[in-house]
Amino acid sequence: MKLRVNGVDRDVDVDPDMPLLWVLRDILGLTGTKYGCGEALCGSCTVHLDDQAVRACVTPVRRADGKAVTTIEGLSKDGSHPVQKAWLALRVPQCGYCQAGQIMSAAALLAKRPKPSDDEIDASMAGNLCRCGTYTRIRAAIRKAAGLPEEP
Amino acid sequence: MRITRRSFLAGLGAGLVISVRPLRAQPAAPVAAGFSPHVLVHIAADGTTTVVCHRSEMGQGVRSTIPILIADELGADPARVAVQQAQGDKKYGDQNTDGSSSIRKQFDQLRRAGATARTLLVAAAAKRWKVKPETCVAKNHQVVHPPTKRALGFGELVTAASKLPVPKPESIVLRPASELKRIAEPNLALLDGPEIVTGTATFGADIKLPDMLIAVIARPPVVGGKVARYDAKRALAIPGVKKIIEMPQAKPPWMFQPWGGIAVVADTTWAALRGRAALDITWDHGSNGTYNSPAMRDEMLASVRAPGTKLRDVGNIDEAFGKAAKTVEAEYLVPHLLHLPMEPLVAIARVANGKAEVWAPTQHPQAARKEVARILDTTEDNVAINVTLLGGGFGRKSKSDFIGEAAYLAKQVGVPIRVQWTREDDIRHDYYNAVSAQRLRAALDPTGKVTAWHHRTAFTPIASTFDPTADTPSLNELQQGVTDLVLAAPNVRAEACKATARTRIGWYRSVYNIFHAFAVGSFIDEIAHARGKDPRDTWLDVIGPAKQFSLADLGIAKLSNYGEPLDKHPVDAGRLRNVIERVTAAARWSDRKGRALGLAAHRSFVSYTAVVISVVPDAKRTMRIDEAWIAMDAGTVVNQERVHAQLEGSVVMGISNALYGGATMTRGATDQTNFRDAKIARIGDVPRRIHTQIVPSQAPPSGVGEPGVPPVAPAVANAIFALTGKRLREIPLARSL
Repeated sequence: MKLRVNGVDRDVDVDPDMPLLWVLRDILGLTGTKYGCGEALCGSCTVHLDDQAVRACVTPVRRADGKAVTTIEGLSKDGSHPVQKAWLALRVPQCGYCQAGQIMSAAALLAKRPKPSDDEIDASMAGNLCRCGTYTRIRAAIRKAAGLPEEP
Repeated sequence: MRITRRSFLAGLGAGLVISVRPLRAQPAAPVAAGFSPHVLVHIAADGTTTVVCHRSEMGQGVRSTIPILIADELGADPARVAVQQAQGDKKYGDQNTDGSSSIRKQFDQLRRAGATARTLLVAAAAKRWKVKPETCVAKNHQVVHPPTKRALGFGELVTAASKLPVPKPESIVLRPASELKRIAEPNLALLDGPEIVTGTATFGADIKLPDMLIAVIARPPVVGGKVARYDAKRALAIPGVKKIIEMPQAKPPWMFQPWGGIAVVADTTWAALRGRAALDITWDHGSNGTYNSPAMRDEMLASVRAPGTKLRDVGNIDEAFGKAAKTVEAEYLVPHLLHLPMEPLVAIARVANGKAEVWAPTQHPQAARKEVARILDTTEDNVAINVTLLGGGFGRKSKSDFIGEAAYLAKQVGVPIRVQWTREDDIRHDYYNAVSAQRLRAALDPTGKVTAWHHRTAFTPIASTFDPTADTPSLNELQQGVTDLVLAAPNVRAEACKATARTRIGWYRSVYNIFHAFAVGSFIDEIAHARGKDPRDTWLDVIGPAKQFSLADLGIAKLSNYGEPLDKHPVDAGRLRNVIERVTAAARWSDRKGRALGLAAHRSFVSYTAVVISVVPDAKRTMRIDEAWIAMDAGTVVNQERVHAQLEGSVVMGISNALYGGATMTRGATDQTNFRDAKIARIGDVPRRIHTQIVPSQAPPSGVGEPGVPPVAPAVANAIFALTGKRLREIPLARSL
C-alpha cells in the first residue's frame, strides 16, 4: 500500500486490516500519535486522513491506501501551527498524552469552522478525552487560535 | 540519549537549555567534568547547570517545578539550567511520586541542594577576592561582591569550588523567603510543552530498542484465578506472532506482583493483539469468583449499621443523642474507582549479560527496581530503571506489576520486550480504590447547633493488598477525613467497620478522602436543610471558631498527619474557614438567580480546599454544571501556574468521580470494559469557567496534586440537591439523574 504521510510517500507491506495507528507507531516510527482505547472512544490517536479527522485506532490501513495522512509530527514543521502556538501560550498540557489527538481534532475543526462557537467546540471535541482535565484551557486555546477572546 | 534544545521558563526570559534524558541505550548520562556538590546538581566549566529531577512527571509539572526551586536557591539563570531525569536509585532519597509530597516533603532538602552549590561557589569567590563570604551574593549565574562591584560566573568558579569540602547539610543556610523570587513567578513555562505539542515528547510506549518485540498478556479476569487451558497453536498461526509464554502465577498477598496469565509475543502490537484473541483460554477463577458488587453493597451497609471499632471518641455521644431536639442520619456509598490514565500501562525491558534495563512511565522507580530484581532473582545493582514521561498516573503507576512483566518476558525471550496493556487490561486489572459505605448521624439542639457527631466508615483497606487478613480500616487509614475532621461538636465518635477485599485495592488520587469528603460534605448540607439554615453558615458552624486542634481535642491517640508533625502542619479550623469564606465570596454565594450552588470543603494532605459548583437547568438533560470555584490553601506555593492547572484538573476529576465513577464486579470480574462504560468527563460535562484561587501563605508547603479533588463530588451533589431537591447519596450520581 502507498500512503502519503506528512508529505512523504511511504510504501507499507502489512496486513491491510492493521489499524493505521499501529502502522504509524510500530512500522513507520511516528510515535506522536497515541494509543488510548483502541475503539474510537478517547481520541488520543486522532490524525487527518485527506483533511478529515479520523481515529487511527479503528481505521484499517487499507482505508488510507493512496491517501494523505497528517499526524501531529506533520501538522507544522516547527510547532508553528496556530493551534500548537495557542496550546503553548495557554499552557494547556498537563501530562500531555492526549494532547496530540486534541490538537489534531482542534486543527480539523478550525480548518472547517474558522470562528467556532463554544457549542461547536464542545461538539467537535466531544470525542477527545483528557483525564488530567485540561478541557477549559483546550476551549480557550481553540478560541485563541481562532482569534476569538479566550473567555466566552 | 536524546538532546533537544528549547527555551526553558520563557516567563523568565527566553534562553537555551539542553535537556538530557537517559532514554536510549546509555544507562545514564555520562558524567561530565565539573562540579557536583550534590546528587541533584552539576555545574560544568562553561557554567551549564544540570539539575536532576528525581521525581516522575505525570502532568503535575514537577519537571518544571523542582529545577526552578533549586535554581532559585542557587541563584542560577534558569535559561542555563538543563534538566536530567533521574533513574531509580536510593541515592536520590524518596522518589515515590505519590501522596502530593514532592514539594510538601522535600521543599527544604531541594533548596539545600541548590544552597550547597551556592555556598561553595560563594566560598570560592570570597577566597579568591580575599573577602568575607557573607559580603558576596549569588545571583544571575554569578557570584557578586557588591562593595567592589566584582563578579565571577559560576563556570569560572567551578574548579576552585570543587576543591573545597562540601559543607554538612545542617550547616547550610537557606535564602530568606523574600529572595526566592522565581518560584513565585505567576507564569512559568512548561519544560516539556514544546515537545508535547509537536508529538516528540517521549512517553513509555515511544521507546524503541533494536530487535524489540511486543507482548500483550491475557491475564486472569479474577484476582487469584488461573489458566485452566488454552490454544497456543491458533495464536502461533497468526502472522507475526513469535512466542507464547506462560506467566508466573501470582500468589497472595498480591503486592506489586505480575498478574499471571499467558503472554503473546509478536513483531507488532497488532499481531500480538490478534494472537491474544486467538488463545481461547478457559479460566479457573478461584475463590474470588464469588465477588459480586450488589452483594458487597448489602454486606457493607450491614457493616455500618452495627458498631465498629471506636477510633475517635470525644465527650459522650449517647447522652447527647438522648437529649437531641433533632437527629439527622444518612448513609453514603461510593464504589471502587478506576485510575484510567490516558496512557495505558506499558514497560520496556532488556535483559542481557546478567543486567536488566527498563524504560517505563513509573511513579516509583525504586519500587520497580526492587520488583525487577526479585523477578530476575538478582540484586538491585544489576537493574537500571529509566523513567519516561507518564501519560497520567494517579497512583496506578506507583505499582510495578506491569514492569515486572516486561522484565520477566525479556529474560524468557532473550530480546528486548515492550509489554503493552490495552485499555481493557487497564480497567480489568486495576488496583481499585477502596469500595466504601458510611453512616453519619448528628444530634441537633433546639437552635440547630450540632451537639454530637457519629461517623461509621467501612472500606476495603489498601493494607489487604499486602496482608490478606486486613479487613478493617486502621487508625492510620482513618486520618483521611475521619479522625482529622475539624468539628466544633463537643461529642464525637468515629468507628471503623469491617469490609473484606476480594480484589486488588490500591491508592487512587486523594484515596479515602474521596469517599469521606463525599459523605461528610453531603451530610453537612443535609444538616443545613434539616435546621433550615444556609449551607455556608452551617459549614462554618459545624467547623466552629478558628483554632488548632490537639490530639485530645480530636479524641485520638495518634494522627499520622500525612507523615507531617502536627506543630508544623496543625489541624487548623481557621484555615478551613478561610477557604470557605474566600470561595463563597468569589462565587457570589448569596446570588442564586438562574443557578443553584453547592459548597463543600475538606482538609487533606495537610492542605485546605473549598469548592463551589454551579448547576443550571438544561434542555437536553437534568442539569448542566456551568461554573466552578475552587480555593486552596497549600501553604507556600512553588510554580503557581501549575498549581492553578492542578486545581482545574481536580475539579474535572472530581466531576468524573461524582457523575460517572465506579467499577463493579460480577463473579469476581470487572464489568466495565472501555471508556463506553468506564466513563469519565468529556468536554461538555465540565464547566465552561473554572475559577481557581491560591491562598497567599508563608506556611510550610503542603500537598497540591490531591487535595483539590475530594470536595468536588459533595459540592456537585449539593448543587444537584439545590436545583432538583433530590438528595443523591450514592456515586455514580449520573445513574440517579
